[in-house]
Amino acid sequence: MAIAIDLLVQLVQMSVVLALAPLLTGFVRKLKAHLLRRQGPPLIQPYRDLLRLLRKEVVLAESASWVFRVAPYLVFAATWVAAALVPTFATGLVFSYAADMIAIVALLGSARFMLALAGLDVGTSFGGIGSSREMMIASLAEPAMLMVVFTVSLMAGSTQLSSIAASMQSPEVGLRVSLALALVGLVMVAIAENARIPVDNPATHLELTMVHEAMILEYSGRHLALIEAASYLKLLLYISVIACVFFPWGIAVSGQGAAAYLAAIAVYGVKLAAGGFLLAVFETAIAKMRVFRVPDFLGAALMLGFLAVLLLFVTRAG
Amino acid sequence: MGLGWLLWCIALLLGTSVAAAVGARHRPASTLVYGVCLGTSAVALVIAAASLIAGRALTGEVQLPLGLPWLGAHFRLDALAAFFLVVVNLGAATASLYGLGYGSHEEAPERVLPFFPAFLAGMNLVVLAHDAFTFLFTWEFMSLSSWALVMAHHRERGNAAAGYLYLLMASFGTLALLLAFGLLAGPAGGYAFSDIRLAAPSAAIGGVVLALTLIGAGSKAGIVPLHVWLPLAHPAAPSHVSALMSGVMTKVAVYGFVRIVFDLLGPPDWWWGAVVPLIGGITALMGVLYALMEHDLKRLLAYHTVENIGIIFIGLGLALAFRASGMQAAAALALTAALFHVFNHSLFKSLLFFGAGAVLSATGQRDMERLGGLIHRMPLTAFAFLIGSAAISALPPFNGFVSEWLTFQAILLSPSLPQFLLKFLVPAIGALLALSAVLAAACFVKAFGVSFLGRPRSDAARDATEADRWSIAAMFVLAVLCLVAGILPGYFIDALAPVAEALTGARLPQQNELDWLTIVPIAQSRSSYNGLLLFLFIALAALLAADAIHRWASAAIRRAPPWDCGFPDPSPMTQYTAGSFSQPIRRVFGAVLFRAREEVDMPRPGDTRAARLHVRLHDVLWDTFYVPTANAVQYAAQRLNKAQFLTIRAYLTLVFGALVVLLMVLAVWQ
Repeated sequence: MAIAIDLLVQLVQMSVVLALAPLLTGFVRKLKAHLLRRQGPPLIQPYRDLLRLLRKEVVLAESASWVFRVAPYLVFAATWVAAALVPTFATGLVFSYAADMIAIVALLGSARFMLALAGLDVGTSFGGIGSSREMMIASLAEPAMLMVVFTVSLMAGSTQLSSIAASMQSPEVGLRVSLALALVGLVMVAIAENARIPVDNPATHLELTMVHEAMILEYSGRHLALIEAASYLKLLLYISVIACVFFPWGIAVSGQGAAAYLAAIAVYGVKLAAGGFLLAVFETAIAKMRVFRVPDFLGAALMLGFLAVLLLFVTRAG
Repeated sequence: MGLGWLLWCIALLLGTSVAAAVGARHRPASTLVYGVCLGTSAVALVIAAASLIAGRALTGEVQLPLGLPWLGAHFRLDALAAFFLVVVNLGAATASLYGLGYGSHEEAPERVLPFFPAFLAGMNLVVLAHDAFTFLFTWEFMSLSSWALVMAHHRERGNAAAGYLYLLMASFGTLALLLAFGLLAGPAGGYAFSDIRLAAPSAAIGGVVLALTLIGAGSKAGIVPLHVWLPLAHPAAPSHVSALMSGVMTKVAVYGFVRIVFDLLGPPDWWWGAVVPLIGGITALMGVLYALMEHDLKRLLAYHTVENIGIIFIGLGLALAFRASGMQAAAALALTAALFHVFNHSLFKSLLFFGAGAVLSATGQRDMERLGGLIHRMPLTAFAFLIGSAAISALPPFNGFVSEWLTFQAILLSPSLPQFLLKFLVPAIGALLALSAVLAAACFVKAFGVSFLGRPRSDAARDATEADRWSIAAMFVLAVLCLVAGILPGYFIDALAPVAEALTGARLPQQNELDWLTIVPIAQSRSSYNGLLLFLFIALAALLAADAIHRWASAAIRRAPPWDCGFPDPSPMTQYTAGSFSQPIRRVFGAVLFRAREEVDMPRPGDTRAARLHVRLHDVLWDTFYVPTANAVQYAAQRLNKAQFLTIRAYLTLVFGALVVLLMVLAVWQ
């Protein structure tokens, strides 16, 4: 019986992340528009975009190979699986032991690898510029992310997100310098990985500043829909990870009743909204930086993560 | 019993080598030699795997009346040797399978066929050798036979220089190992490994032996800064030999290090655990950065060998650190991670070299800037190469990720180490490991993307044809193994348990009885990974998405010219190249490490000459270590040259003086 409930929670989780992800992006867009005194598209515009794209035919470049056609499915699948394994509203997901936090980071790496290859597949210079810059950004963002993972898992004594969430709720964690450093580092990584301002601009189509958009320039129709869905999911995933690790309050634990789960879903919605709100305010307040300033930004994230780990290593008694 | 059969296999290989020397010019010789090598390696592989899994039942020791008359030749098969024999013979079997097809392209078979079986026999013998003399003799035999293979195409530009540098570094390494064994044997001079194990060297001697082993085995494995010969020599050989040298011979060098430092040298000092992982971390990062700057496909792969050797040494070094502090379980985890990476790297590196070889024989090109679009002409090779690229980039669900994940888990255990220096050092090594893992992914996006994707950049690439079926078979065997080791790692970790137990006194928990074949290195609540579930999940989610879309949404497709923001250029030269792909990373990391300089030569308005971009890279290590050394040797040689033209009286005086000095040294020593 308990297994059945856990399985149900896992399925609900998979559907919840998929259902909420476009809404989150729509929410951020709407808020940004309001902050700029514009009306902005309706909240459900991302859903409409996805449906419209799914119904359209695919225009495939003549030089494209099967890599280009398979990549969207794999990118979407890897991102969805990664998002499904992060405890959003409940811990004790039945499959969460399949991948710990390091594996989730690596799964996103797999998705990025496929997407970067797809960018090179058609053989145009924009695809190449996107892939090349994406891998440069990743080469600093992923180590920074791993340093953050090290920090929290050393505190929690585990790399499993469920255990981390549980131990972060316990009173003995308290406020620590390492945690603050790790939080700042993780936020910086999340901004870079989701191609947000100041690293990249999700709304730009000015050729020379594009990174993510340049990489997927040749995509159309259902392929583009999958890639868009994957990037919505990725934004949701990063906000969920931040919420789960640093603000784990209100997460339902396995064995609680249905009311607790519903309350937890509501709390989770509030957390997402808060994350989206902060992101929109931050993006409106800041200007995009030059591509070659990005390494400085991410280098700072890496150093913050590294300092956080080092502080933990040094203060921990033998 | 297993040992006897293995020795017969080796004898058969040596016999094949002699026969090939006589009959290499006959037409069926190539098929025959590679066929015999394939069969023999397969038998040896089965024996080694059986004795690894069966445990003590098949291990044994023999002493043959060869070599030094008072010592004989000792051979022993134990868990460590059995594991490395699996690595050697798996690589040998697939390389022979590949050679069945690839060998027919060989222009000078008499320069390859006699040495190939000898090289295989040499690697097997090093792993089995159980006394210092046999070890050094077979080590040198392995070096020389591989040197002969490097020189197979000696008229090609740069190969002779590569062979010369290889010979120099190999002799230097053997010299270091010779001194290490001398110190290990001590004044009593018991050169059998069983005698060495009993002698307990002092801490100072232990440190010197560690340094000498790092030089001797490390130069063969390719640790920075002793790696310089590797990216020159490995690509110079025929591709299946490159695969063996990179995928397998470097592992034999790792075996030498493990055998001496973990088995023969006795309990480690804690500072060994600081030096070895630091060297490993630097090696990993430098290797991958060199690879990113490289546009020659085979040389890029050789630099990645340097990187992976670094990752292996990180694991080995952590195992030393844990063992020195009495944390046996953590040491077992770190050692298992390193050895699993040894196995994994031998799989995907052989696979990638086979792919590069197929590209080379199809196009005659190793320069990535002249390739492109090969996925259309060589779909099977491209698919296998893609699997290998994903595996070496440590992407789940493939095998490279599992061993790096285990290494990360070992790093996360290190705050409990008592030494303060290690507390500072290990997180830095973790950061180096994380950096090199993701840079490797960037590098393989470049390698695969520029060579196989896009549009062909030369006529040779446009007219390429698929590789022969033997080569394809060899690549797919390895690709399947990469996936299997990635999704069922528990079985492989269990197979490594006897090795870890013999060297650290502890083993990881039994893995293959856990639910759903999850791997749990320490405890369920701490960390677990399940490649099988992850793989099934991704496959299921992708199929679900594909099915739903094709059923309910559009399945229409139309081929059209690329969009490219409205200005598609038909010339394939407008594509992104390998050089431009790595330009951002070069700007981030290269300014200091390579003193990279870019010069733009822009013609004045009205001038019709083409604009040019010059990129200058310096190999800082080469400039700071090797050039001064070479100059010093040259200087000394010129000065000492006079000593060749002295009178007989002067020579006698020199001899007498040397004798007196030596006697005085002896007197003072006593």
